[in-house]
Amino acid sequence: MASLKELRNRIASVKATQKITKAMQMVAAAKLRKAQLAAEAARPYSARMATVLANISSAMEGRDDAPKLMIGTGKADVHLLLVATAERGLCGGFNSSIARLARTKARELKAAGKEVKILCVGKKGFDALKMEFGPILLDLITFREVRQIGFAQANEVGDRVLQLFEEEAFDVCTLYYSEFQSVISQIPTEQQIIPSMTASNDDEETTGPDVSPDVSYEYEPDEEEILADLLPRNIAVQIFRALLENGASEQGARMSAMDNATRNAGEMIDKLTLSFNRQRQAQITKELIEIISGAEAL
Amino acid sequence: MAEPLAFELVSPEALVLSGEASEVVVPGTEGYFTVMANHAPLMSTLKPGVVEVKMASGEEKQIFVRGGFADVSPSGFTLLAEQSVMLEELDMKDLDQQIQNASEDVGDADTDEKKAKAQAMLSQLEECRDAINQARG
Repeated sequence: MASLKELRNRIASVKATQKITKAMQMVAAAKLRKAQLAAEAARPYSARMATVLANISSAMEGRDDAPKLMIGTGKADVHLLLVATAERGLCGGFNSSIARLARTKARELKAAGKEVKILCVGKKGFDALKMEFGPILLDLITFREVRQIGFAQANEVGDRVLQLFEEEAFDVCTLYYSEFQSVISQIPTEQQIIPSMTASNDDEETTGPDVSPDVSYEYEPDEEEILADLLPRNIAVQIFRALLENGASEQGARMSAMDNATRNAGEMIDKLTLSFNRQRQAQITKELIEIISGAEAL
Repeated sequence: MAEPLAFELVSPEALVLSGEASEVVVPGTEGYFTVMANHAPLMSTLKPGVVEVKMASGEEKQIFVRGGFADVSPSGFTLLAEQSVMLEELDMKDLDQQIQNASEDVGDADTDEKKAKAQAMLSQLEECRDAINQARG
């Protein structure tokens, strides 16, 4: 049985921890609101982008000279997994669930005899994957110093991916991130971004309302040049959207994890206080018995 | 009174401007063009420059955009800009910095192709600096 002094110390330390988790929860709640607003503000752009892309794609359909970014290299031998996670831990299962999804996929692809390469955005995913996939982890891109993820950061990642694509380092690129559903539910998601043909068709959210294939557009300059400009930008937009979703998810996950931790600490304090009181009482009783039996012996 | 045109200017970060416009002047890659209501469907890339919007209310807005697309469809006109700043809020120092970066890119380029690209970017930026200076008087 722990002594009174030990119990008192433990209560003090759990109380201190509770204060920290409580503060972290509140910080996450405030950041979550900001992250959610940012994610919502970005939605119109990616929706419009998808509309434009759908319009051009329908014009380009069936043509052999469509850009590789759109229709792919014709092979699916080398896969690039772009794994976007958070920079910090202490946010429940957020990072590990993204890493798990990517890991499962990587194993599957390897078992099927494909070559797999992994590019990490965010330190936590890198840490989680480097044990198993050390040699095929291409690089880690971190935005630890960046306070608010902007389009410039997404562009940086996008450029990196495009550069690799131009070097023909991979055929198919899949993006891993966590879709923000609510504070208590974030869904790890995979999305194929190169070739983009399937990506824009699968994603219901990006299918714009006014895709009008009947309208014949005039293009200035011609379709190919517009596509050559649009497709790389689309990659960056998709990455940007994923990063923002990730940002909101991370704060949501952290908020609920810290809420749990605060509650657990509260329960623990209650239990410790109870046993502290009981022990103090026992000691008082013991001292009384000693005094009384001493008096009786006289 | 000209017929109103549904106009939207969106950047990745936010919906910058949305409303009825009577006339929009856009810096297309192949030259400035004006969009009014019932324009034929058109899709064009943009070069850095100033978009001039005449709102249906008569208000006029000038917005600096860098890179993007113009999508004129029967349902309206959507401008997708990679970067957009209200002209009155634009800091010339920012632009100067961008120009400097671009000129460094020209110096750093290792292939002819890259060099040509960087050079084009630089000249476009310089051109739009002049345009802004002119717009401000």
